[in-house]
Amino acid sequence: MAIDASEIQKVAHLARLSIDDNQVDATASTINNILELVDQMQSVDTSNVEPMAHPLDATQRLREDKVTEENNRKQLQSCAPAVEDGLFLVPKVIE
Amino acid sequence: MMWETVIGLEIHAQLATKTKIFSGASTAFGAEPNTQACAVDLGLPGVLPVVNEEAINMAIKFGLGIDAEINKVNVFERKNYFYPDLPKGYQTTQLDKPIVGAGHVDITLADGSTKTVRIHHAHLEEDAGKSLHEDYHGMSGIDLNRAGTPLIEIVTEPDINNSEEAVAFAKKLHSIVTTLGICDGNMAQGSMRFDVNISVRPKGQKELGTRTETKNLNSFKFMEAAIHKEVARQIDVLEDGGRIVQETRLYNGDTGEARSMRSKEEANDYRYFPCPDLLPVVIEESRLEKLRGEMPEMPDAKKARFVSEYSLSEVDAEILAGNQATAAFFETAAKTSGDAKLVSNWMLGEVSKALNANDTAIADSPVTAEMLAGLIARIKDNTISGNIAKKVFEALWNGEGKDADDVIEKKGLKQVTDTGAIETMIDEVLTANAQQVENYRAAPPEKRGKMIGFFVGQAMKASKGKANPGMVNQILKKKLDS
Amino acid sequence: MYDKSISEQSRALAAGEISSVELTQSYLDRIKQLDGDLNSFITVTDELALAQAKAADERRAAGNAEALTGIPLAHKDLFCTEGVKTTCASKILDNFVAPYESTVTNKFKNAGTVMLGKTNMDEFAMGSSNENSHYGAVKNPWDQTAIPGGSSGGSAAAVAAQLAAGATGTDTGGSIRQPASHCGITGLKPTYGRVSRYGMIAYASSLDQAGPMTRTAEDAAIMLNTMAGFDRRDSTCMDREVPDYTANLNDSLEGKTIGLPKEYFSTGLDSEVEQRIRDAVAEYEKLGAKVKEVSLPNLQLSIPSYYVIAPAEASTNLSRFDGARFGHRCDNPEDLMDMYKRSRSEGFGEEVKRRIIVGTYALSAGYYDAYYNKAQQIRRLIRDDFMSAFEQCDIIMGPNAPTPAFNIGEKSDDPVAMYLSDIYTLSVNLAGLPGMSVPAGIVNGRPVGLQMIGRHFDESTLLNAAHRFQQETDFHLATPFTAA
Repeated sequence: MAIDASEIQKVAHLARLSIDDNQVDATASTINNILELVDQMQSVDTSNVEPMAHPLDATQRLREDKVTEENNRKQLQSCAPAVEDGLFLVPKVIE
Repeated sequence: MMWETVIGLEIHAQLATKTKIFSGASTAFGAEPNTQACAVDLGLPGVLPVVNEEAINMAIKFGLGIDAEINKVNVFERKNYFYPDLPKGYQTTQLDKPIVGAGHVDITLADGSTKTVRIHHAHLEEDAGKSLHEDYHGMSGIDLNRAGTPLIEIVTEPDINNSEEAVAFAKKLHSIVTTLGICDGNMAQGSMRFDVNISVRPKGQKELGTRTETKNLNSFKFMEAAIHKEVARQIDVLEDGGRIVQETRLYNGDTGEARSMRSKEEANDYRYFPCPDLLPVVIEESRLEKLRGEMPEMPDAKKARFVSEYSLSEVDAEILAGNQATAAFFETAAKTSGDAKLVSNWMLGEVSKALNANDTAIADSPVTAEMLAGLIARIKDNTISGNIAKKVFEALWNGEGKDADDVIEKKGLKQVTDTGAIETMIDEVLTANAQQVENYRAAPPEKRGKMIGFFVGQAMKASKGKANPGMVNQILKKKLDS
Repeated sequence: MYDKSISEQSRALAAGEISSVELTQSYLDRIKQLDGDLNSFITVTDELALAQAKAADERRAAGNAEALTGIPLAHKDLFCTEGVKTTCASKILDNFVAPYESTVTNKFKNAGTVMLGKTNMDEFAMGSSNENSHYGAVKNPWDQTAIPGGSSGGSAAAVAAQLAAGATGTDTGGSIRQPASHCGITGLKPTYGRVSRYGMIAYASSLDQAGPMTRTAEDAAIMLNTMAGFDRRDSTCMDREVPDYTANLNDSLEGKTIGLPKEYFSTGLDSEVEQRIRDAVAEYEKLGAKVKEVSLPNLQLSIPSYYVIAPAEASTNLSRFDGARFGHRCDNPEDLMDMYKRSRSEGFGEEVKRRIIVGTYALSAGYYDAYYNKAQQIRRLIRDDFMSAFEQCDIIMGPNAPTPAFNIGEKSDDPVAMYLSDIYTLSVNLAGLPGMSVPAGIVNGRPVGLQMIGRHFDESTLLNAAHRFQQETDFHLATPFTAA
């Protein structure tokens, strides 16, 4: 399954990455080499195999509904690029 | 052409847990921005989610409340997209294995008929934060207090055919979740938000028309208005030979305007996949057993009981059983006063009128169930007439007395039941209206029934409403017909 | 004293032969002297280290010291450390001072260890050579033209060069074992779920696991005693008793069966490396273990399976790096989209972007079944292979990498060649098993490690086998300095 330049741009956009036009072909070629490697999987019949998302057959532990986190806004926002009135500022959100 | 409307609803209900679905931060409404957003809610690097047990329990209760199958193995998935109110760049939600499977909600319409709306499924997910659109030097402010609040998204089948049904369904659902205590039902604060999928098709056509989705309606009134508007718009477009574009629409309740949301530049590709930070949530039979034991009486059962136990009509019982607080008010007043029918009439009449006019919840009503029962007791023992009772109610509402007896006493509203006094009053009325008396006596008996109302009115007026109306009627008849 | 193991240092501290302040100072001096070339640290926390050392000495004087109290350690720079920069070796986190502490580093803090600093790594733990760091490549202390391995290359190099008594690492596809192997130290990747991942910046959530990187197996056991255990903040961390990993180190290996997967010794394995592994296995036979050939038929498929699953998980784990709440934000974003795209494109390095794109593609509509779902199915086949093999043996042994450390720059332009060199380590993560690397000799001046793989939660057997081997051999005592 080869991926072309326009598809690379589409995927990059989904991932919110930009690829310079003069880099697209090189990127596509590297990605295609990787896809060729992973395409080895297609040779195996896995029709009756249940996909495995976790290495252990464990189940989710549940947390008691108790407030454990106190207001720590000052510290949590100490690494924020832009903050005002306790809000994180970002370029205008248009709905 | 005759058109048929097809509506399906998606409802987001915030679960009334103390903490977030994946973190131990509080979910209380109205806190200062970002003071209830902990490291996990902010999606800081390295943090991990742990599932809140109560969110699971509440979702299960919803399933039990609508006779749905509960999925034993639950998987949380990531729905990936970038948005500033979505800190991790994905929403943790459920896709293939929702916690609540197919169920149903039965609604009663104004004409007394009932209808079943099928629930396709309900799944658990986390709420997003909020973008504030006030201007911060040309930027938007992000408050993530709401991020991570547990939601159940309830998805109906397209079984609804008009706004009346949609509103009846929404109210019923509101009643179910508040009865269960799994959602505070506060629509103004966004605790319940409705997305409405609407399409129209020529009557008799089998396949569905193209639908639009109107998002985030947070009042029954807006929902009704938005549906009317959208159905009319779609029919206009189709009758003008146009076609409906599948789109998301926004309805502004304040202006009554609806518009298409700026179309996303491309179809979203959410890349759902099982969240690797969470393991499957397995629901054991023992948990179901325990939760079944905690289930309150559901609105339908309560309604049936109100009909059989208190002899209420279906329509009245539907309303009184529909809300936990209303039902409790009714039962207390009915038991205390011993006259359920009269309590029901008062609650659907004066009480409801006063609550609406003052935008007050029944739980905050200044006239308590006990006070209403006391008032009704005085009507029943003829201390006051129904009309005077309304005045007493008004006084109680305004805090002019601690109970009905207190108000009656203070205002001297006690009914006049002394035959002699009433006869004297009536004699005066008849003398003062000699012409009317003549007319009455000249009229054929079948017309007299209506004409006597005039004299009753005059007599009551003369007594300032305090005369017992039954006695007035009786005495008048005797005197006029003799 | 810096050339001694943690257990020896611990005894010396207990006996009052040295103070933690002296020990810490000797490491800080060495870092100053040697790390300019090696580049194994991103941040050195001199002042904090000395303060912690002083506190450790006081704690010892007060009589409540633990085995690790006062021991100077280094932490991979993806463990969030409150008040100390945590970069993940990425420009996107160049200014990130975590507002909270990871569970692992917190446990070490509580045990009274000293943090010397944060070690260099492949950006977001994506790499096998430690060349993918915003802060420059790390050099192998044995041969500075060689890579140290990755992604925990800084931790491996620091321990090998005796710039720290021990270090933490993380292993998603071999990132502890392979650099341990290339730097001639001991490294243990515990069972998935043994050690909390809270506060450890995620690469691939279902594969990542933290573990110790040390000079000896005994040291690894001591560190694991502190690291392992339940954490209420990590759903995937198992609530399971933590044994004393030092308790069984000297148990006899009599009657244990070692399985040698035939696929580990096929084409592609350097013959000299193979010889070191076979010699090590022979040593185990002398210790009373039986040796048996086993098979892991789907081994080759671990590469494609891993290189779909890990990038897929990473692609969404890294979505939170969006310039909105922390980390790098581009200058003067025109709008939201511009902020996202420029912040991320400027902040992430090439390999990270490559994996995000591969992962995004593998999860996207129309490709999910062929890639992600298929990879998860193969993951099950690979785990089942191990389960069958462990019916016939107690420990699986083989190489960590097909060759000793390659040269810096040798594979940096060829990601596929780099990925292929992970063949012997990836499957262990896919199956969630514990794996270990112990020094087994030198080839052309570069160390070679023996890989040992155990059953789920059976770290004790691996540590026991590694310790017995180290009692009989002195490969682990060789250092870049004695070898010269």
